[in-house]
Amino acid sequence: MDRIKEHPILGETPEKKVVTFTYDGKEMQGLEGEPIAAALKAAGVMVHRYTKKKHEPRGIFCAIGRCTDCVMIVDGKPNIRTCITPLKEGMTVQTQYGVTAQK
Amino acid sequence: MDIKRYDVIVIGAGPAGLSAAIEASKAGMNVIVFDENAKPGGQLFKQIHKFFGSKEHKAKVRGFKIGEELLAEADKLGVTVVLNATVIGLYAEKEVTVRIDDAICHYKGDAIIVATGAAENMVTFRGWTKPGVIGAGAAQTMMNLHQIKPGNRILMLGSGNVGLVVSYQLMQAGCEVVALVDAAPKIGGYGVHAAKVARTGVPFYLSHTIVEAEGEEYVEGVTIAEVDSSFQFIPGTEKHFDVDTICLAVGLSPMSQLLKALGCDMVEDPKRGGYVPECDEYGETSIRGVFVAGDVSGIEEASSAMIEGRIAGVAAAYELGFMEKEELDEKIAIHEHALDTLRQGMFTPKNRGKVLEKTEEGCPVSTNLLKKGYLTDEEVFAYPGVTKQAGVHPVMECSQNIPCNPCQDACPKGCISIGENITSLPVVVETAECIGCGMCVASCSGQAIFLVDESYEEEFATVTLPYEFLPLPKAGDKGKGLSRSGEVICDAEVVDVKSVKAFDHTSLLTIKVPKDMAMKARFYKEG
Repeated sequence: MDRIKEHPILGETPEKKVVTFTYDGKEMQGLEGEPIAAALKAAGVMVHRYTKKKHEPRGIFCAIGRCTDCVMIVDGKPNIRTCITPLKEGMTVQTQYGVTAQK
Repeated sequence: MDIKRYDVIVIGAGPAGLSAAIEASKAGMNVIVFDENAKPGGQLFKQIHKFFGSKEHKAKVRGFKIGEELLAEADKLGVTVVLNATVIGLYAEKEVTVRIDDAICHYKGDAIIVATGAAENMVTFRGWTKPGVIGAGAAQTMMNLHQIKPGNRILMLGSGNVGLVVSYQLMQAGCEVVALVDAAPKIGGYGVHAAKVARTGVPFYLSHTIVEAEGEEYVEGVTIAEVDSSFQFIPGTEKHFDVDTICLAVGLSPMSQLLKALGCDMVEDPKRGGYVPECDEYGETSIRGVFVAGDVSGIEEASSAMIEGRIAGVAAAYELGFMEKEELDEKIAIHEHALDTLRQGMFTPKNRGKVLEKTEEGCPVSTNLLKKGYLTDEEVFAYPGVTKQAGVHPVMECSQNIPCNPCQDACPKGCISIGENITSLPVVVETAECIGCGMCVASCSGQAIFLVDESYEEEFATVTLPYEFLPLPKAGDKGKGLSRSGEVICDAEVVDVKSVKAFDHTSLLTIKVPKDMAMKARFYKEG
């Protein structure tokens, strides 16, 4: 999905530092401090996790840290709410299967 | 165990909580505010539209600006706001447990003000869990806080003010809204919010809801169908749209769990939006010293939440002996008056679910507006803001009694009158002379005011309309004039574009259209 560069009300989007992180082993870039989910969305990633029993895909739903649909494994820790966790240089982000990473 | 003590503990740093903390702090109380989010302000910073109301309610100021003002006021008073701090328990004797990082901290207050706000409601349908189905609040968060488009082609479910306002904001962010759908037979939000979406060409499907969100791994399409009066699908009425995002705006529910856990008397009240605490006019619950303010005590607007917050802050100060009765009464009277004026008109909580056929003035209520989102070319003349005059003059397509009056103050020539009652429809004062400055157009939070000049040229008229999209057209551009329903009805040439600071990011586009289109063309599209 696109980033909004200029907005009729909010004006030009301020520049932020670009950082590199990995998503399922693939190198990606995002903006420092933005939610991990925002960086993934900008990169076109829709699926954050698969449910344990039925293996159904889940992604961003509430974007404010309430619903926990967007949780992923971040730096080895599962169930991290990517919509409210700020992106940092060098983060490892993995799709979550049930409550673990894919073996 | 270490327990920190405060005079007042406020839970939630949104518009209600911050306002409560400000008033409590002004009274000399030692205040702390907890919020689970990384930033204060609640949902205010996602609100980029101009608010309704009167001067005292900060009408025509955009939500995020009101948020900035509120934060500055709290900062100046030295209010402590602890962020990333989730209140997980509220106990007898006003004890509060808060999770901060990975630790649980204990606090005790002499008064507690709960301002936890509301959570979005959801509806289920086949495929509703697929990535790409999002809440309207999520869309606002992505586009207005993080500058990410929530999707490219979006279907909105829900025609309340949230659904209408967010649809408009999605278009401002550069997304395409393919349809606005609601299972209810009529539009729930303000007619003016619907009209500004409809005139851009977004179709409204009332008495329709979602059958299925389609796609393998994520949303790739959606099917809607008409429903009968008992909300059952009518076979054969299915309609498909290719979309990548489905946005749900199906109401809000008070987040009152902490109050229930504490043991406050609770009530299920549909007019207040769900399960809410019983409280008096100061927001005090059945437990002395425990107050509520904002959406947690009944779903309303940020404007009323801020006033309720101030009332709770003042009341807590009085109860704890930080304020004399006289000062309390004086302050409460001001706030109650502000709150009362906001709670007037057709959309007041007590009118929820009622069918109104006439305005306070006796004008017929447009059914087309309620079903399709726009006034018809004939209906528009039924309202006192719409007149035919020689020369440039304001045309105010304001047809519902809502608490809002900035247009009256905006006109330097006194062309617009609302009077004492702020829900009255604006009236054109025909004896006053319009100078075409456009202040009224930019001041209207509902974007319902236009300047029309039918004597511009022999065969052409001009229409000046509010425009909040990019790219901004330039004088000399040639395009099309759109009707209130968003249909292309004529050629149009941009003859003037005004963007000045006083308009606060609402540009004024003046288009030249054939004379017979002067009272029909209400939007401009290039090409």
